[in-house]
Amino acid sequence: MITLTVLKQLTFPVIAESITPNVFQGKTVEEIAALPLWEGNKQKKLGDIFKVEQTLEETPTITINGNAAEVRRVGSDMKQGEIVVNGNIGMHLGEKMAGGKITVNGNAGQWAGSEMRDGLIEIHGNASDYLGSPYRGSDKGMRGGKIVVDGSVGSDSACYMKGGVIKIRGDSGPFLGFRMKDGAIHVEKNCASRAGANMSGGKIIISGVLEEPMPTFSIDSIKPKVKLDDTEIVQGPFYVFIGDLGDGSTSGKLFVSKANNPHLKDYEKFL
Amino acid sequence: MTELLIKNGFVFDPINGISGEKMDIAIKNGKIVQRIHERRGKTIDATGLTVMPGGVDIHTHIAGAEVNTGRMLRPEDHIKDVVRKTSMTRSGVGHSIPSTFVTGYRYSKMGYTTIMNPSMPPLEAKHTHEELNDTPMLDKASYPLLGDWWFVLEYLQKGNLEECAKYVAWMMGTSKGYAIKIVNPGGLEAWGFGKNVHSIDDPIPNYCLTPRDIIRGLVKVNKMLNLPHTIHLHTNNLGLPGNYVTTLETMKALEDLSTDGKPVAHITHIQFSSFKGDGWGTMCSAAEDISNYMNNHTHMTLDMGQVIFTDTTTMTADGPFEYTLYELSGHKWVNSDVETETSGGIIPFHYKKKNVVNATQWSIGLEIALMIKDPWKIFLTTDHPNGGPFFAYPKIIAWLTSKKARMATLHNCHKKAQKRSLLPTLDRELSLYELAIMTRAGQAKALGLKDKGHLGVGADADIAIYNINPETQDIARKYKPARRAFSNAAYTVKDGRIVVKDGEVVQHADGRTMWLDVKTAEPVQVDDDMRRRFKEYWTVEFDNYPVMDHYVKVSDPITIKADV
Repeated sequence: MITLTVLKQLTFPVIAESITPNVFQGKTVEEIAALPLWEGNKQKKLGDIFKVEQTLEETPTITINGNAAEVRRVGSDMKQGEIVVNGNIGMHLGEKMAGGKITVNGNAGQWAGSEMRDGLIEIHGNASDYLGSPYRGSDKGMRGGKIVVDGSVGSDSACYMKGGVIKIRGDSGPFLGFRMKDGAIHVEKNCASRAGANMSGGKIIISGVLEEPMPTFSIDSIKPKVKLDDTEIVQGPFYVFIGDLGDGSTSGKLFVSKANNPHLKDYEKFL
Repeated sequence: MTELLIKNGFVFDPINGISGEKMDIAIKNGKIVQRIHERRGKTIDATGLTVMPGGVDIHTHIAGAEVNTGRMLRPEDHIKDVVRKTSMTRSGVGHSIPSTFVTGYRYSKMGYTTIMNPSMPPLEAKHTHEELNDTPMLDKASYPLLGDWWFVLEYLQKGNLEECAKYVAWMMGTSKGYAIKIVNPGGLEAWGFGKNVHSIDDPIPNYCLTPRDIIRGLVKVNKMLNLPHTIHLHTNNLGLPGNYVTTLETMKALEDLSTDGKPVAHITHIQFSSFKGDGWGTMCSAAEDISNYMNNHTHMTLDMGQVIFTDTTTMTADGPFEYTLYELSGHKWVNSDVETETSGGIIPFHYKKKNVVNATQWSIGLEIALMIKDPWKIFLTTDHPNGGPFFAYPKIIAWLTSKKARMATLHNCHKKAQKRSLLPTLDRELSLYELAIMTRAGQAKALGLKDKGHLGVGADADIAIYNINPETQDIARKYKPARRAFSNAAYTVKDGRIVVKDGEVVQHADGRTMWLDVKTAEPVQVDDDMRRRFKEYWTVEFDNYPVMDHYVKVSDPITIKADV
């Protein structure tokens, strides 16, 4: 196991694509400390930012200690192994991840799990905006894998999602699942407006309060429960809305808890 | 006073008929001269290297409002290709719509020294020139879009060619332009009202004109003004199955206008205008029809508009065509420049080998380039960025010079496209001499650039030196080293100064902006009618419209004496 400890309070963003098990594999501590990364506009060595130590345990492969909220692109293109972050972590965590596991015992920055293909990301604090969403302008959304967030997430999460599962134990910001095509999202608490805007497939399950579904969604049925993935069934009952009709689609599904949303009772008369 | 001697290279200079002879090239004050004092100047030892005139690109969208809107549309395109600054060069981004500085550096690294920006709405001319000023390493020029300019349409309708010519002459100086660009004639005017035209004899809304009238009229105007380049034409029905009929009709419509067999029009990105079939399902190549026609006629020149398999951004003044692409792909798009004298559209596009239509398009471009026997008639372009980014030119060079290279790519294409392709029957492999015609000499000749595209005495000292030894290297069999050599010039010389060495920029050069100063018999008077119309319809004050002389950083006016 390699332990990286942040040496100082970071003022500038550190771009550290090199911190992944794929790159560290087969390298000595000295070689790892010599890996290149950028601090602001200066090229530095990994050893300039982190204290690098090696211990004998097999897992996790990499542990990051200290406040790494400015350290970006950790675990990008990761294919196997495990990263544990004891503290906060910066933007683009696990970008294009294709396997392995990342655990964050703190908060994660924007674009965590961006363009993810497989693997597992567990964030025990909050995640910021663009969780599992592609880079601005891109339509290459999350295609597989699982992201679990114990806290809340910001806006524009799971945009262009094409597969995989996102589980949010707290609240979600607006525009959750924007232009989503497939996959499943579960929000255990409340969800802000415009959930599933322009969606053309997949499902969004909201167990808490949804102020109102988009006007371009239409009520379809009431279901007692819904399957999130092979391991989990979420208990309802749920109002099922389909859409986004504005995009000519009826394949996107919005499951909204009946018990926590009495203000949506009016929709029942359309059933 | 800078003097430079390029010693002992294999020189390919088609305009002067030199094919691979071992020669010395002497340079003094940015021009090629007979000889210099060897001891006084610098020497490049080009033994075992190929020496060609600097590359010329007749059609590449690198500056202007449309290009910049494309940049704004595609942040995800830039993040793939970030270019950091060096002690010599500025930072920027690359891929399909590179920033201005990166555009200049990357062209220069490939040995290119002159490029033509083919679509400039006159209302956006200032913006275009601002970007050209910031595009280093290259000489450049822009073609104003005049095919659907109201003043052109009105005078053509009245049959008053002389007055039309005067307005075009005025516009060349006003927008600091170089040639008449026509895009989907009539279609852009129609697009302002949500319509299009579908053949060269369709009536244009609000005018008693057809696309045929516009094209023929502007060919005549071009002749009256003695402009160095012919009209530069993007045909009607571009990018639609079965459009080769329109293309051939357009070519036939101009046959009688050519005297002494000289070209009267340049049809650009011909690949996009050479589709056969009734729909996308049956779409196939019309390369045979087009190239047969071209082999029997001399009044046209073409450029390829070759497709590269990559993620790129399409942008053209042909708004209705871009809308068709949007309907096909459902991708994000921009309907731009409709408020100007033209229209325009931008949409990202990913050309894939496993897509029948895309793979067929790839094949069509190469088929036409190989089946037209005379390389002076067809030039190498990708219609950057529509077919793919310009820095993929070395790939096209490999496909044209090596059957092995193109068969290797064809082998990975969709099975149906492989079946439809004519490439397996084409054994032609271009020589370095023919390649020099298609990438510099022919383009310079078609553009009427007297000091570019050759290495004769008096020519601009724009030279590319590649690490290819034509005596020992067989570029047809071993295409990969040649492809690398064309990507990274051993030396690029711009105006007699070494600007690139071993594929790295070693010196900054500004490059000039060429434009036409057309002298009519009497200076063109802009009358009160035009001022009044500007007040009524244009979004800027008339006096803010022209590109002033001081606006162009390094101005290179070319004086032309017109017959009107």
